[in-house]
Amino acid sequence: MRHLIIGTGPAGVIAAETLRGHDSEAEILLLGDEPETPYSRMALPYLLANNVGETGTYLRPDPKHFQARRIQVQRGRAASVDSQAHTVTLEQGEQLDYDRLLIATGSHTVKPPIPGMDLDGIENCWTLADARAIAQRAQPGQQVVLMGAGFIGCIVLEALVARGVALTVVEREPRMVPRMMDQNGGELLKRWCESKGVRVHTGTQVDAIKADPERLSLTLGDGGMLEADLVVCATGVRPNIAFLEGSGIETDVGILVDEHLRTSAPDVYAAGDVAQGPVFNGGQREVHAIQPTAGDHGQVAALNMAGVDTVYGGSLAINVLNTLGLISSSFGQWQGVPGGDSASALNGEEFKYLRLEFDGDFLVGAIGLGLTQQVGILRGLIQTRVNLGQWKKELLRDPHQIVHAYLECNTSAEAAA
Amino acid sequence: MQKALLIDPEKCTSCLQCELACSHQHTGMFNPVQSRIRVFEFEHGARAIPYTCTQCEAAWCLHACPVQAITVNAATGAKQVDADRCVGCKVCTVACPYGTINYEAHTGKVAKCDLCGGEPQCAVACPTGAITVSDPDTATHAINPLLLGRGATA
Ligand SMILES: Cc1cc2nc3c(=O)[nH]c(=O)nc-3n(C[C@H](O)[C@H](O)[C@H](O)COP(=O)(O)OP(=O)(O)OC[C@H]3O[C@@H](n4cnc5c(N)ncnc54)[C@H](O)[C@@H]3O)c2cc1C
Ligand code: SF4
Repeated sequence: MRHLIIGTGPAGVIAAETLRGHDSEAEILLLGDEPETPYSRMALPYLLANNVGETGTYLRPDPKHFQARRIQVQRGRAASVDSQAHTVTLEQGEQLDYDRLLIATGSHTVKPPIPGMDLDGIENCWTLADARAIAQRAQPGQQVVLMGAGFIGCIVLEALVARGVALTVVEREPRMVPRMMDQNGGELLKRWCESKGVRVHTGTQVDAIKADPERLSLTLGDGGMLEADLVVCATGVRPNIAFLEGSGIETDVGILVDEHLRTSAPDVYAAGDVAQGPVFNGGQREVHAIQPTAGDHGQVAALNMAGVDTVYGGSLAINVLNTLGLISSSFGQWQGVPGGDSASALNGEEFKYLRLEFDGDFLVGAIGLGLTQQVGILRGLIQTRVNLGQWKKELLRDPHQIVHAYLECNTSAEAAA
Repeated sequence: MQKALLIDPEKCTSCLQCELACSHQHTGMFNPVQSRIRVFEFEHGARAIPYTCTQCEAAWCLHACPVQAITVNAATGAKQVDADRCVGCKVCTVACPYGTINYEAHTGKVAKCDLCGGEPQCAVACPTGAITVSDPDTATHAINPLLLGRGATA
């Protein structure tokens, strides 16, 4: 059996390890187009903040990790897939055949279609190469503009401030991290950032960038102007699916996969940021481009590739963010569901916020700011569908009773079992 | 040997000896705030539940970590954090459905129960036998990996 995996991010690497765990004989080839040892994009902000060196970003610190598991790592970029012939053609022309194929190619960054985006001094923060380029320019005292205050943007924000730059953030949506925080949370975050000396413009966008001889000059939609030594662009990413054109593999935003992480083509699976798959609460398949989903996808896809029939329970959007020391997290359907109840506790002075969303007696979503202890139980309560029973009333009164509710419901469930 | 803590809340008097012992073991100071086992009181202290990691087999924290900072201690089976490698991203804290791995602002890293290398000090300190050491097959709650999206790893 020959397994071919395209992509050496967490989804690909975890899949390769899982395959080896279930089949000591199979050939496992991990193909990736980046020159580095498989690394974690998530660790890049900590590299930028000088908390770790490049080896600290490696997915697996042991240099013999892959060799020891007889996982062959090959550098190359897949250019096309022929799912009938079971072959993948690389950009250099080489052809690789497979019995089972996993596509774990992640996403690429997209820059907004405005004039000046290809000028020198405008960087993404997506790859190790990007991080090196940013590190070179983001020196203490330099003026840096961050375009986009989404989840990734806010993580990068933290790293840029740690480098001692003078930072201005521009977010087109009316609030920071709009897909992770509601108005209350977004406002608190913004106020917090401003109190730490970061300038934050929300509800406006960069319309054009021009190169002055010395610096970049940015025009904002609200008429404002900004100067920058460096612009970091974090305005969004899209799944890497272009090379699948003509392959017969069905795509939408990402590669469509079923509850076995199978694509529409026989023997072809997809996992991680590139996959558009089942979500925990049912409904339309979605791309959940987060680390935990990449790991879960990689594992489930590999089990099925190895012949261990495994059904995926669906991904849940879970995010945690540290913004200059203010920690925020969000889980599942934090916007609430029709007919559901909602509870919240806001303490703006202390930058504390907790919002819980229920569907009947079940928790379906949550937002937390300034919450670091036992946060994982929010995932536990949502994803194991704990019936809160009597505790729901308590929680509507005081959401901070959440750990107590969890412990009581779990203990009584055990007693009943 | 795979070990785990077995907790019997019925026996807990919420004297907090476990929290003191845990913080002392891991930080050198008696500071319950830094304990990795926490006692939650109910009805104003009439009842209490000591709560910490069960070293679950699914090892959600370990699988979520982007830099392999969490590994299994071969001797005890404990899932332990390598503080040198941890970048403090906190992904494990939202991935663990039990909420038993927590971020510590003063270290910039996460902390969880590591079974003290095989002799959990909370169990040693507990005067009532509410915390004992057992093998995990007989202990604890288990969360169905299938529901959580990982699939059944049979
Ligand atoms: C700065 C930053 C911070 C982040 N922080 C968090 C966080 O705090 N929490 C969180 O949950 N997530 C975070 N993420 C997102 C997380 O890193 C991704 O969800 C995760 O990396 C997805 O893993 P993957 O394996 O699907 O894809 P990737 O890690 O993107 O790996 C895909 C690999 O495939 C390669 N590839 C692509 N096309 C081809 C081809 N045709 N041929 C060969 N190889 C190819 C790519 O170059 C890449 O190496 C962050 C991302 C960034 C950039
Ligand atoms: S906080 Fe540390 S241990 Fe937890 S996932 Fe991140 S790097 Fe790994």
